[in-house]
Amino acid sequence: MDEKVNCTKCKCGKEDKFLKKLFTIYKPNKDNLIQMLNEIQEHYGYVPMYVQQELSEFLKIPMAEIYGVVTFYSRFSLEPQGKYKISVCLGTACFVKGSQKILDRLSERLKIEPGETTEDVLFTIDQTRCVGACGLAPVFTVNGEVYGKATVQDLDKVLDKLLEQEG
Amino acid sequence: MKEELITLKIDNKEVKVKKGSTILDAARQANIDIPTLCFLKDINEVGDCRMCIVEIEGRRGFTPSCVQKAEEGMVVHTNTPPIIDARRVILDLIISNHKIDCLTCTRSGNCELQDLAKKFNIRDIEFPGEKIEHTIDDVSPSIVRDFSKCVLCRRCVATCKNVQKIGAIDCINRGFESCVSTVGNNSLNDVNCTFCGQCIQSCPTGALHEKETISEVWEKLKDPDCYVIAQTAPAVRAALGEEFGIDIGTNVTGKMITALKRLGFDKVFDTNTGADFTIMEEANEFIERFTNKNSVLPMITSCSPGWVRYIEMNYPELLPHLSTCKSPHQMFGALIKTYFAKKEGIDPNKIYVVSVMPCVAKKFESTREEMNYDGISDVDNVITTRELSRMIKEANIEFKKLEDDNFDDPMGEATGAGAIFGTTGGVMEAALRTAQDILNKKDLDTIDFKKVRGEEGIKKATINIDGKKIKVVAASGLANAKVILEEIKNGKADYQFVEIMACPGGCVMGGGQPIKSSKVRAEIDVRKLRANCLYSIDEKSTIRKSHENIILKKIYKEFLKSPGSDIAHRLLHTHYVERKKYKINN
Amino acid sequence: MKTLEEIHKIRENKKKELDLRVNTNADTREKHILVCQGTGCTSSKSPDILKNFKKILKEKNIENVRVIKTGCFGLCAKGPIVIIRPEDTFYAMVTPNDCEEIIQTHIVEGKIVERLLCKDIDGSKAKSLDELSFYKKQKRIALKNCGVIDPENIDEYIAFDGYKALETVLKEMTPDDIIDILSKSGLRGRGGAGFPTYKKWEFTKAAEEKQKYVVCNADEGDPGAFMDRSILEGDPHSILEAMSIAAFCIGANKGFIYVRAEYPIAVKRLQIAIDQAREYGILGKNIFNLGFDFDIEIRLGAGAFVCGEETALLESIEGKRGQPRLKPPYPAVSGLWGKPTLINNVETYANIAQIILKGPEWYSSIGTENSKGTKVFALGGNVNNIGLVEVPMGTTLREIVFDIGGGIPNGREFKAAQTGGPSGGCIPKEHLDTPIDYESLKEIGSMMGSGGLIVMDDTKCMVSLAKFYLDFTVSESCGKCTPCRIGTKRMHEILEKICDGKGSESDIYKLEKLSKNIIKSSVCGLGQTAPNPVISTMKYFADEYREHVIDKTCKTNECKALAKIEVIPEKCKGCGICQKNCPVDAIEGEGRDIRRINQEKCIKCTTCISKCPFKAIK
Repeated sequence: MDEKVNCTKCKCGKEDKFLKKLFTIYKPNKDNLIQMLNEIQEHYGYVPMYVQQELSEFLKIPMAEIYGVVTFYSRFSLEPQGKYKISVCLGTACFVKGSQKILDRLSERLKIEPGETTEDVLFTIDQTRCVGACGLAPVFTVNGEVYGKATVQDLDKVLDKLLEQEG
Repeated sequence: MKEELITLKIDNKEVKVKKGSTILDAARQANIDIPTLCFLKDINEVGDCRMCIVEIEGRRGFTPSCVQKAEEGMVVHTNTPPIIDARRVILDLIISNHKIDCLTCTRSGNCELQDLAKKFNIRDIEFPGEKIEHTIDDVSPSIVRDFSKCVLCRRCVATCKNVQKIGAIDCINRGFESCVSTVGNNSLNDVNCTFCGQCIQSCPTGALHEKETISEVWEKLKDPDCYVIAQTAPAVRAALGEEFGIDIGTNVTGKMITALKRLGFDKVFDTNTGADFTIMEEANEFIERFTNKNSVLPMITSCSPGWVRYIEMNYPELLPHLSTCKSPHQMFGALIKTYFAKKEGIDPNKIYVVSVMPCVAKKFESTREEMNYDGISDVDNVITTRELSRMIKEANIEFKKLEDDNFDDPMGEATGAGAIFGTTGGVMEAALRTAQDILNKKDLDTIDFKKVRGEEGIKKATINIDGKKIKVVAASGLANAKVILEEIKNGKADYQFVEIMACPGGCVMGGGQPIKSSKVRAEIDVRKLRANCLYSIDEKSTIRKSHENIILKKIYKEFLKSPGSDIAHRLLHTHYVERKKYKINN
Repeated sequence: MKTLEEIHKIRENKKKELDLRVNTNADTREKHILVCQGTGCTSSKSPDILKNFKKILKEKNIENVRVIKTGCFGLCAKGPIVIIRPEDTFYAMVTPNDCEEIIQTHIVEGKIVERLLCKDIDGSKAKSLDELSFYKKQKRIALKNCGVIDPENIDEYIAFDGYKALETVLKEMTPDDIIDILSKSGLRGRGGAGFPTYKKWEFTKAAEEKQKYVVCNADEGDPGAFMDRSILEGDPHSILEAMSIAAFCIGANKGFIYVRAEYPIAVKRLQIAIDQAREYGILGKNIFNLGFDFDIEIRLGAGAFVCGEETALLESIEGKRGQPRLKPPYPAVSGLWGKPTLINNVETYANIAQIILKGPEWYSSIGTENSKGTKVFALGGNVNNIGLVEVPMGTTLREIVFDIGGGIPNGREFKAAQTGGPSGGCIPKEHLDTPIDYESLKEIGSMMGSGGLIVMDDTKCMVSLAKFYLDFTVSESCGKCTPCRIGTKRMHEILEKICDGKGSESDIYKLEKLSKNIIKSSVCGLGQTAPNPVISTMKYFADEYREHVIDKTCKTNECKALAKIEVIPEKCKGCGICQKNCPVDAIEGEGRDIRRINQEKCIKCTTCISKCPFKAIK
């Protein structure tokens, strides 16, 4: 058992301590798949293929099944996410208050579609369902920080600032 | 105990059925047809496609009859105008997302979706719209996936995951984007697929099919410099006729040979003879292991290439248990290109051996590096039963009207033992016939080992040979193989000889055999009919033990010397490699 | 571990201590500063407010004042909210910089900070929560403790009769008694269709299996609904208590709360509550020394709306793709891992302890004939008071939108309200006076759903709205059954076509035909209700659909392809700003001319509308 976990290596070839620990916290029980994926997503920012393979060995379920679960739930992503994850809420309250315009503007400026990440892995656009800040509609968030009662101009300002920061 | 009966009303007809029956069962019992698509009896009973919906009085909405159990007093309507309308809409929606290229589709004429479209008189797609684009995966030597034809019935997924316990494919993505695929959309070639081809058997459309290689065969047949030889596996003759409207389980050996000769093959040989060689080698290998204390036991047969791929991927530590024997057609190919070539004075480089097999994994097997002798491959092309039928149709041969012919000399007549190779338990039975004679050093009367026949996935038996008890197991289907391997791994195996076939029911139910619709599979025991065909060939055979095969004796005498000899080893045996389950990029 | 006596003692002591939270005349010299730490206020810096208050109090060495973090007060639009007890002063839109002034003026000098008071609809400034029209028609049962107690402190929950119902049940009642009480109370499931709660409990209890489970469905996914989250954030113990009662009733000893991972605060508070309850011996073995075992685990959802469907939720707990199972068998017979399972949603559970404590008669005296008790709505959209409201069943939509919600902002008109999220429908003006309950909503083509209530003014296009909901359904459909997987996609495509000005009358017929069949032949609730937004908008706003397909216009200009942007000559001052900003030079006119828009060139980007300083373009 131990040997298996030790050969868990990420791309850089170093031992993956996080995964090793994860495999001691959870029992190799199929029911734990989503719980573990949630932690993996949280830790890496996405669910790397080699981690899916390790999970497949650990939980004794085929990779296709794991992949099926990963691609079913929108919280899990297969690609690394940008340094700045900008999420625009498309919940009804925000939609009614014009959040689509903000999303369109974001896509236009970053030249990527919602769900995609810019080539420099700086930005990821995400469209989310209700973040529960309906009182502040429309909202967008940058790495979880909420910008409420937002306008296209607000978004532009935020983007300009971030782009300036990153040179 | 008397079974409890339930009375319900379907389309105003009173029906009595066993408790636990579905409405679909009950309706079919009453000769009321309900269309289905995702339903595959005992394998995929999920009610997803909604084609089989019916109306149950007192319930809102329609109910899928394939899963809904019949209840006492239920009143069911199966064909009211609203139901027909709903089914039409559903069918329309399915077709709206389907690559409609029936004219050039491999399943045209044997497609459950096409049948439904005909039945529902679909002339125009009422709800056209976006179709999801899929790339075709044709990288593997065995199976092609074209999911633009997938109807998402998930019969293949259930077969791969539950029947075979492989899980190479699964449902991925969500909603309209859902599709059946592998991890990361990789080719089947690069994932844990064993190429058993059972997914093809369960697919109602052309989304999964064998990698067709008949154009190469045609090329070779055209080439006057090429000596093209066909060899046919035992199970092919028990099923080929089905593609021409002949009853399931009819032995069409004679017509098949005639057809092959008409197609232009220079020789038509019987792989059953190859099987006799396999028995000779395998029985001897077993006896050697059995009598030599330090040998690895149980010994497991190795003639099913899907199974071999499975153990290589999943239990590499148990590879020493595998018999080193090549499978019959590979052995036979090797003999054709050596013994036969020499005898006939033909340059082996000019011989092109085509194996007609009930199997798609054999396509992969023939491409394995080890399957050659001095750089000359044993077998050059493997085509399935289905592909042969297509060639026959292409050549405009009226199969049903063909006369019978016999296999060509000098690789002549095979034994009944070779014939039963095509069904689960057959290899074991054939091997036992030979092993008992060798161990007892005399010709025994016991020929039928009925304990290893039949439909169970795992059949165990104890055979008394020369005062020694030999425990044997015959398992078919990879889920059952897994059970056996776990037993061996955990030291719980008290048996010495194991036969494993990747396909449930053995080669007669192989991935290259004629595809039967869900309805036929629900109503007819196809395996039994095809297996019985082989057993009756065996029974009618004059020689029923491999070691008594006249040709075989001759070849051993003239060429191979004895089973397990050096030359036999070089030609007829092989070795295995540990395989990575997933060859995918991190 | 605490004995029952110890818990009684905590209750007694804490009750006195916390009297000021509910009693403006409380006999105390203490003051409590309650700072909302719900998701809405948290995202507008209320944690900083909390910190600042504590820091300033410490600096100034002020005693007898405590700063308390609470759950949501409901009036999210005015957040962050700070309330000072016992006097119940309600400060709205507080910033961290206001803390100093509040402490100096209010606490030290005893004067009210007028500028931070909340402006009511009529323009008056309300001094206390009770004075606000937003709260006047509300009746708080499920939200009773939200905004009153510190959700991270079990003692505060216990003080307000927390875990008393569980004690009563364990000591004095049989499972049948509980079912009887629920039956008499008339409580129905708050998650959607309104199935009588007692029946679910009864069926699960009747199932003959040793192993059973209790599950709380906290996978609140309707866009615009957040009442469950507020309850979990503001009063998590009420859910644990109700689940324990349910477990005792049906004979389970294991429970799961399936909650969205997108609700980090709720998850954290739930975990704290579970840990505290375990520490007190209220979860675990031999609870209250009365021989009853029960424990709860949290399971996180991972972003799939369909997991709000109970059988999909079960699949997800089992670690699989959240694809619904076929019913029957219902979870009461075969649920988690095939065992009998009771699933209720958060709000349903939030009512249980109160019903036990106050009696079914009390509960059934609230509401309408067939819908008892209260319902929490997440009021949003084009309405002044956005927030969470709890009203007795039977309250009319007009009361909610206008009396509580304060009407429509910007002087616009009410056009429709949407209830039930993507499963529900639109309620037009003519039904504003419908008393809201399960049956009446269904009758007018909508449904209760989980309680999202989105108000739309007359600038909203109903075809676009239907398209929005279908877009939601398409991306959230699990893909299991054909009608939902492909059918909703086709409906969405048709609606897009209509909004793009390419629709024809036959498209309306196609929408009707698809709707009818998707409803009747889909596997689960998601598909069976997905066409509702289309059906109800087609029913009440048929003219709008016709305008889109026949006249090729969209009066609201929301459908860009159909929009007609025009200059209002009376308002145009000829400044030319619009012209300068038009990206395609579609605006004609020179000097001080009244500008004209060349419709052929116009790409309907609406830049001119936003740039015009005189609101002369529409």
